Amino acid sequence: MTSIIRAEHLGKRYRLGRSRRRPDTAREALANAFRRAIRPRTFAERQADQSFWALDDVSFEIQAGEVVGIIGRNGAGKSTLLKVLSQITEPTTGFVDVTGRVGSLLEVGTGFHEDLTGRENTYLNGAILGMAKAEIDRKFDEIVAFAEVDRFIDTPVKHYSSGMYMRLAFAVAAHLETEILVVDEVLAVGDAQFQKKCLGKMDAIARHGRTVLFISHNMDAVQRLCTRGMLLDRGRLLGAGPISEVVARYRTVERRLVDIGRFNPRARSGTGWARIVDIVLVDESGRPTPTRPSDADLTFEMTLEMHEATTRGASLRGLVTELVICSDQSQPLISVMNVDDGGVELPAVHRCRVRASLSGPTLIPGRYRLNAFLGVPYLEHVDEIPDALEFEITAPERPWRPYELHPSRQIVCRRADWRCDVDLPATSSIGKT
Amino acid sequence: MSFERIEPGTPEWTADYANGQHRDASTRRLQASSPWRGHLVPELWRYRELLYFFVWRDIKVRYKQTALGAGWAIVQPLMTMVVFTIFFGRLAKLPSDGLPYPVFSMVALVPWTYFSSALSASSTSLAGYQHIVSKVYFPRLIVPMAAVVAPLVDFAIAFVILVALMAWYRVVPGAAIVWLPFLMLLAVATAAAVGVWLSALNVQYRDVRYVVPFAIQLWLFATPVAYPASLVPERWRALYGLNPMAGVIEGFRYALAGGPAPGALTFVSAAVVAVLLAAGFVHFRKVEGTFADVI
Repeated sequence: MTSIIRAEHLGKRYRLGRSRRRPDTAREALANAFRRAIRPRTFAERQADQSFWALDDVSFEIQAGEVVGIIGRNGAGKSTLLKVLSQITEPTTGFVDVTGRVGSLLEVGTGFHEDLTGRENTYLNGAILGMAKAEIDRKFDEIVAFAEVDRFIDTPVKHYSSGMYMRLAFAVAAHLETEILVVDEVLAVGDAQFQKKCLGKMDAIARHGRTVLFISHNMDAVQRLCTRGMLLDRGRLLGAGPISEVVARYRTVERRLVDIGRFNPRARSGTGWARIVDIVLVDESGRPTPTRPSDADLTFEMTLEMHEATTRGASLRGLVTELVICSDQSQPLISVMNVDDGGVELPAVHRCRVRASLSGPTLIPGRYRLNAFLGVPYLEHVDEIPDALEFEITAPERPWRPYELHPSRQIVCRRADWRCDVDLPATSSIGKT
Repeated sequence: MSFERIEPGTPEWTADYANGQHRDASTRRLQASSPWRGHLVPELWRYRELLYFFVWRDIKVRYKQTALGAGWAIVQPLMTMVVFTIFFGRLAKLPSDGLPYPVFSMVALVPWTYFSSALSASSTSLAGYQHIVSKVYFPRLIVPMAAVVAPLVDFAIAFVILVALMAWYRVVPGAAIVWLPFLMLLAVATAAAVGVWLSALNVQYRDVRYVVPFAIQLWLFATPVAYPASLVPERWRALYGLNPMAGVIEGFRYALAGGPAPGALTFVSAAVVAVLLAAGFVHFRKVEGTFADVI
């Protein structure tokens, strides 16, 4: 076997803090240079100027024909790795030797133009992804059939439904014939049926002996498609090996990460005299878990603690804690506070554990994030942690009708109290003009 | 669902590469400022179809949802010619090398209009391809190059009007017309040379977007479009060629309308463009590896 990808001491540094907002205009760049000359940066500013290694000393080899799942939490460096491999960005240190063409399905629909027809976009998109015109000619019918848009192939894509648009985009990308194919979470498009079809296509690609690198948060899909896995965490390669071992390792790592040390001090804000020191999602028996079924209660357990060094004679009493459940794209969906109906006042102690439980069914299956807040609304911001926790909602344990009918139309599922009145007053306006 | 995996090295596996896909598979080393980036020409050649598709896309969508459509390619030089003829030709009585002023200015405005639209399109082109640049690899040079090639269609349309105008005034080109392809190439190369520099700059500094329209306006007056280059004293004329468009415009007048031979002027322009273009390509290749991080 020959290694088709060989990476040695690969590192990619991005700059954070001040430089994250690089000067966008020449005027700003000049003004900054001038300011720095007359007033050196303060310590705090220099701290904020730290760089951050999205990939840190990553070395690995991939043999031709392997299907490798790259797993890790958000921000672990998975996408950065794929960007380096597909030559979109240069590594800062180290190198990677790549044999053969790399095709990437980083984001479907890249380069689609609204005003062009499906046919025109197929050619354009194919060319952008690196296909030759002859190759697209040869596969055109197959692509259109796969996307199920044959009737609309000569309609501008701006008139497409979003489902048709995504299907066509995926179909083009999936017919790339490169030696190496890099896939970043593209299976999260379309309805359940199309997703199944996409997975099938990935199976077929993998079976034809091509080398595939696959990122997904969907562990079932990863385990089904991949032979080997690579586990990344905060830019470092924690391990590589048979997929089942790596997935198992990921599950334990993910659980272990749910502790005090995991909260990134850079990400949190607030005065900090009291802290949220732990947040976990727990199951019925109170054990921490990374996943819950859609129809089960969703219970978060949070440990609050006052800072040792605080000189305030205060306690946690009077503080409000808020949990905001967000989508994977950080769109806030549900907010709960301990001062809501059914809430609980924080006691006058230095340390306590608070538990918030939302009765099921809660959310449709998918990845979610949790933001946590501690403070006094409008008055004081004591601690705030965006993305304090990531969790996954899995398929409901018992059949849940609305979900089965419209698998992705709603995000929040609730059970309502229904009532039906039959003794309507005769003065109903229905039927009158 | 279960399936057999086809292992590398088996006949089934290699059969998939029988169509030659695997042939051009060569090992590349990707690292900071990869040395292999030096192989510009084979790289561009491999992606020539993408250049074609980008040009095609530009042309396809250019006049979508416009009432006048490709008519816009004619309106711009034609109206400018009318205004120039009235104010510079009739009222200011600028010399026109013995040519009817409308022909004199139109023969300059057609290449100038091409140049100004090619330059403004290419200098901001990469920002418009932001989503593609941060998602897919291809030689980034293709983007400003495509932006320079696409306005050639407008040029061709406007050229027809120029020919009609010349026929109306009975201006017949002489043997000098053989220079026309070379001059056209020079116009494209000028737009590309400046466009490649500006598009790389525009990735980081969006000031370019504001500078370009203004610079083009100034450049128009520094170029012998409304007036002949013969207004410039003889001994400075070669130096005037440092403005490459001066060489292009005077060349067009010479090749099409029998204006005076530009001589050294055009050769100086060609030399300037060659240097600018080569340096632009080298600079662009050097910085393109970080485009995706900055754009």
